[in-house]
Amino acid sequence: MELKMFILVLGLLVGSLMPLGGASGSPGSGTGQDECKKNNGDEKNGNKTTKKSFPVLSLNYENVRLPFEISLWVLLASLMKLGFHLMPRLSSIVPESCLLIVVGLLVGGLIKLVGKAPPVLESNIFFFYLLPPIILDAGYFLPIRQFTENLGTILMFAVVGTLWNAFFVGGLLYGVCQLEGTNLAGVNLLSCLLFGSVISAVDPVAVLAVFEEIHINELLHILVFGESLLNDAVTVVLYHLFEEFTNAGTITVTDGFLGIVCFLVVSLGGIVVGAIYGILAAFTSRFTSHTRVIEPLFIFVYSYMAYLSAEVFHLSGIMALIACGAVMRPYVEANISHKSHTTIKYFLKMWSSVSDTLIFIFLGVSTVAGPHEWNWIFVVATLVFCLVARVLGVIGLTFVINKFRIVKLTSKDQFIIAYGGLRGAIAFSLVYLLNPKHFPMRNMFLTAIITVIFFTVFVQGMTIRPLVDLLAVKKKQETKRSINEEIHTQFLDHLLTGIEDICGHYGHHHWKDKLNRFNKKYVKKCLIAGERSKEPQLIAFYHKMEMKQAIELVESGGGSKLPSAMPSTVSMQNIQPKKPPQDRALPQLSKAREEEIRKILRTNLQRTRQRLRSYNRHTLIADPFEDGLDEILIKRKKMKELEKKISQMNNYLTVPAPPADSPSVARARLASDPQAWGLKSVTEIPTIKVELVSPQNPESVKVVDEFSKKGSQPKGSEEEGGLTMRVPSSEKQRKDKTPDEEPQPRFMRCLSDPGPAAEDEDEDEPFLP
Amino acid sequence: MGSFQSLPDDHQYRTLSQKTGFSLEQIAILHNRFKQLSQNEETLWRDDLKTIQDLESNPIRSQIIEAFFDSRNFQKDGVGSVEEIGFEEFLTVMSYFRAPPQNITVEQREEMRRAKLRFLFNMHDTDNDGTITLEEYRHVVEELLSRSGALGRETAKGIADAAMLEVASISVGPMAPDEFYEGITFEHFLKILNGVEIEMRMHIHFLNMDATVLCK
Repeated sequence: MELKMFILVLGLLVGSLMPLGGASGSPGSGTGQDECKKNNGDEKNGNKTTKKSFPVLSLNYENVRLPFEISLWVLLASLMKLGFHLMPRLSSIVPESCLLIVVGLLVGGLIKLVGKAPPVLESNIFFFYLLPPIILDAGYFLPIRQFTENLGTILMFAVVGTLWNAFFVGGLLYGVCQLEGTNLAGVNLLSCLLFGSVISAVDPVAVLAVFEEIHINELLHILVFGESLLNDAVTVVLYHLFEEFTNAGTITVTDGFLGIVCFLVVSLGGIVVGAIYGILAAFTSRFTSHTRVIEPLFIFVYSYMAYLSAEVFHLSGIMALIACGAVMRPYVEANISHKSHTTIKYFLKMWSSVSDTLIFIFLGVSTVAGPHEWNWIFVVATLVFCLVARVLGVIGLTFVINKFRIVKLTSKDQFIIAYGGLRGAIAFSLVYLLNPKHFPMRNMFLTAIITVIFFTVFVQGMTIRPLVDLLAVKKKQETKRSINEEIHTQFLDHLLTGIEDICGHYGHHHWKDKLNRFNKKYVKKCLIAGERSKEPQLIAFYHKMEMKQAIELVESGGGSKLPSAMPSTVSMQNIQPKKPPQDRALPQLSKAREEEIRKILRTNLQRTRQRLRSYNRHTLIADPFEDGLDEILIKRKKMKELEKKISQMNNYLTVPAPPADSPSVARARLASDPQAWGLKSVTEIPTIKVELVSPQNPESVKVVDEFSKKGSQPKGSEEEGGLTMRVPSSEKQRKDKTPDEEPQPRFMRCLSDPGPAAEDEDEDEPFLP
Repeated sequence: MGSFQSLPDDHQYRTLSQKTGFSLEQIAILHNRFKQLSQNEETLWRDDLKTIQDLESNPIRSQIIEAFFDSRNFQKDGVGSVEEIGFEEFLTVMSYFRAPPQNITVEQREEMRRAKLRFLFNMHDTDNDGTITLEEYRHVVEELLSRSGALGRETAKGIADAAMLEVASISVGPMAPDEFYEGITFEHFLKILNGVEIEMRMHIHFLNMDATVLCK
């Protein structure tokens, strides 16, 4: 049912695209202008002629034509994406990119049927608007650790592999062109080499599109993906090199040498440009604490500027973008608010997704549109040589690389790497940019490239998933990063650095450690605002985890099921060794004093109970996503501090820790006791006891339920309540209704929280005279 | 402790090579380093290791040095720590950081993994009671954070507590409030570090050619 409605809407859309696409001015605008003129004419002629009625509704399409068409295309792309996921069977067999190309073919075909010229994927649009979001998304979320660990391998594949592919394909094609029987004699060596260099580059867009769906293990993913990103520099250099040579006419050895220098300049220059912009962005983000709303904007604009600046100098824009994203990320994330972080993530994902969809659709449309020149031999030869070159290249390189790697690449890995070398729209756009004057066989190239792209995307894209399953390649492990792993990762880093120092040679870990220390000492101070600059990684990770757990807790609502990340089955009490009753130098409280204390506490609790009665569940749930979350954490720390102080003090008054429950409830509590932060006197015990279980307070019961870990636990104040003053004498227990005689209060700590460093000495006062 | 003559004895090197798995060149280089550190004496003392300048900025320096003098790491059923070690012990401790050779069986890989994890466990379990108690774990985290500024012991405590809770909940599951979780046993330790591929990560590159930089 859904599907049918969807197809109907789609049909309408496509139908509307056609008359609007590629057409010259529509009649509607003409009418509008006519009317206008007529009116003017009337005015001039005086009032003799009858006045035309005021145009209430007029059509003026020309004004909005361009944005309208763009929006229509984007809408079409997004609806396509929606549609595919409505058909689950189809989307599990065929990767999205294939379906999108087919859609593009259909739309292009339809447009052609109507007689208009279908739009072609303009290289400018592609390189300036469609490609950057995808690359920025990839660069910003690049897993730095794995990337740097495998950098050598990735560089080998990207540089040497692409060079090998380019020359192999180019050379062999030239050989084929020279053969008798083909009318390809017009193709000279340079053109072939240029073609080879363009077609040998693995395309990041296609790789991303296909690999994301197959969830392959991280090593292979980063290898193929990293290769596709880094080979851009090689492609750019070779492309410009051969283009220049074609214009120049003669080639000398100097030119070859300059080519190598050019390669270094292009790649390193791109990285430097990107890094500069990244640092600028990080620095800017240091000051945005008052204007949180535009934080994401800075990220996007700086990155885009990095890309464009690199393109100005013919440097590798892709590498600039990757460098920018990777450099700025750790600093920016420390500076920006949580909401900005989410915004950036979702905007990047959204843009890259739309871009990706549009690219494939346009590829399909361009296939229908583009001038084609089909030459069987050339096309088939190209295809065969590409595949052979890729396989040979991977095998050869792996043989060399495995000598230096600890984790060797197995033949299964090699197969996936070779098979995952997909070509895509970048190759197409580069050929499209060729000048037909210098390259008369451009159309043939276009045809050949499109064929190769189709082959790789369709055949390889569709079959890679069953092959991965068949070969039982390791898939991505969905493990949650635990704090133990984090501790031990850090520990290992330091340990290995230490061992290297003892061994006396400066290895991999030594330099990494040096870089980290440099980073911490100088760079972080500049680029990160305020206190966060001194925060070591472990603590940052810990805070992040806490935040995540807090949010998860709120999101799970009032449900009885709590997020599994929390060690809810074990509480602090289980791991803390039972302290022997410490003989503190506490003066024995006289009976009178005790009575006084109890009275004070009781009155305080009564008061707060009354205050709370006016709240119901809904007002309790405040928005946890406000920036106040940080303040809540600080406040909780203070609460814990107080609790620790109190718990150290006594045998009489056993005080359970206030549970680290959801920020919303905590906030509500605090809100009802504004003086909570004074912590100055007995009456201001911060944690209000949120009602004991009593039938007249259904709201509180609900709140209790929210936090009861197991149903079997007796409801009671201790669980979620604040400071429950449990007094030994039974007659005073009227107010503190404790259903069972719990020998010891329960320490519930869902989230443990480091206390503040500073000690507030005031808190000692309450119980000591 | 082995006794070495001043000239490298090939036979002794071979026995060591068989025992620890290093190649003869690697052993020669490490022996040079040993002699450098111990100022050409037969045995190495703690102070000799403390003179390494690069090690000063390492937050877990004392624990690393202790590990070299911990008998439990000498692959005998040792207990307690010693004051001085010979080259054989030095090499034995170093052998924990060898990379796994290319073609080993799954059992051998697992064995290597256990050995490395045992080394780590011994580093944490300072009182040698077979478990890492909360206090010991807190100490570990405090040391890790010790160089990182004055964020106080509370933070370290909080992190260690959270980590301990995690281990308890993963290894033991739901616990009644009266139960007490003694500490991380070796089996639990194995379990929580399951995700970290220790045998792949805990290794350093031992040189085959002498390129040691003079220690500062």
